[in-house]
Amino acid sequence: MSQITRREAAAGVSSRAMHELSIAASIVEAVTEAAAGYPGARVSAVRLRIGALSAVIEDSLQFCWGVTTEGTPLASARLEVRILPVVVHCATCGVTAEIGVQSFHCPRCGAPALDLRQGRELEIESIEIDDPEPATAHAQEKQTL
Amino acid sequence: MTTRIVELRRGILKKNDELAAGLRARFEGAGVLVLNLVSSPGTGKTTFLERTLRELRERGNRVAALVGDLETDNDARRLASSGAPVRQINTHGICHLDAEMVGKHLESWSLDGGGALGLSQLDYLFIENVGNLVCPSSYDLGERIRVALLSVTEGEDKPLKYPTLFNSADAAVITKIDLAGPCGFERDTALRNIQQIRPGIQIFETSAKTGAGMAEWLDYLAAARKAS
Ligand SMILES: Nc1nc2c(ncn2[C@@H]2O[C@H](COP(=O)(O)OP(=O)(O)OP(=O)(O)O)[C@@H](O)[C@H]2O)c(=O)[nH]1
Ligand SMILES: [Mg+2]
Ligand SMILES: [Zn+2]
Repeated sequence: MSQITRREAAAGVSSRAMHELSIAASIVEAVTEAAAGYPGARVSAVRLRIGALSAVIEDSLQFCWGVTTEGTPLASARLEVRILPVVVHCATCGVTAEIGVQSFHCPRCGAPALDLRQGRELEIESIEIDDPEPATAHAQEKQTL
Repeated sequence: MTTRIVELRRGILKKNDELAAGLRARFEGAGVLVLNLVSSPGTGKTTFLERTLRELRERGNRVAALVGDLETDNDARRLASSGAPVRQINTHGICHLDAEMVGKHLESWSLDGGGALGLSQLDYLFIENVGNLVCPSSYDLGERIRVALLSVTEGEDKPLKYPTLFNSADAAVITKIDLAGPCGFERDTALRNIQQIRPGIQIFETSAKTGAGMAEWLDYLAAARKAS
């Protein structure tokens, strides 16, 4: 995230944290749903891929995750956030490159960069679970949502 | 005890994205052009939309609007003065509209006293989002066109401070240009900043008070509808 965005966040925590609160609630819902396939297991970590252009501030998200999971089975789950830079593909010169979030132009030739290849992600990559008994759960391992 | 990693690879907002895709298909099937208006609180969404609804009706178009508001129905009442059917979505503190809220309100909306809103009887459906430059940018409502609004009174650097919103917009509207002089609005800087975040975007410079720029905006809407 850019400096400007962070300063903005500090200046308006109450209104901006609302966004992360909604996102945290959606993560809880999705993880709870996924964890239901592993009865008795405890979720110890949740790994996220968050694009730099997703308007999510990690500090706010961590704070809201704590608030949202307090007193629930997810209270002890760590939130691991990986921020992904914006990557664009330039149709003019063919380069695929990282850019900042303050100018959407090709870093090589300066042409407008309209083809975003990365940067908008709001994704749960994986969850880490602790199984009380190792033998039984393997059958469900490949289960998807 | 063993620890293992379960791959999920799912969007955090997957449910909203799926609902929005369903709405988009419905809107397209009905042939109605749906627009989602997003800006800071007080930019002039309601005033601009009220004038848009009125002028579209004068041109013989069938229009309706959904308006999101944290607590009140003031905006819905103002928009209804245009004569168009208007429905309020009260979000009760939630800072954005989502696809579920839009879907629900469409189901229970009757245009002519009976049945659900006949989307196919509409040319345009406008959705005024909750005044907020952050949250609405992540929630797809199934719209075809997302419009980001910026008033001359709120600073030319808004697009740089909120790149997510401006980058995801399909059109930009600068509002209250009747106040540009008194506010010392730096037009070139504002236009440059918007283009920096969203190169090539069409920008309309309007005043809902004087009507300036409205003709270009209405022509754009007509062309977009024809293209759908
Ligand atoms: N001079 C001038 N004032 C305007 C114009 N458009 C809106 N306003 C004024 O700006 C104020 C806010 O306008 P609204 O239309 O309520 O703004 P909004 O974006 O709908 O606000 P929220 O729904 O609360 O986010 C009102 O006092 C309007 O009268 C304009 O074109 N010119
Ligand atoms: Mg309003
Ligand atoms: Zn290039």
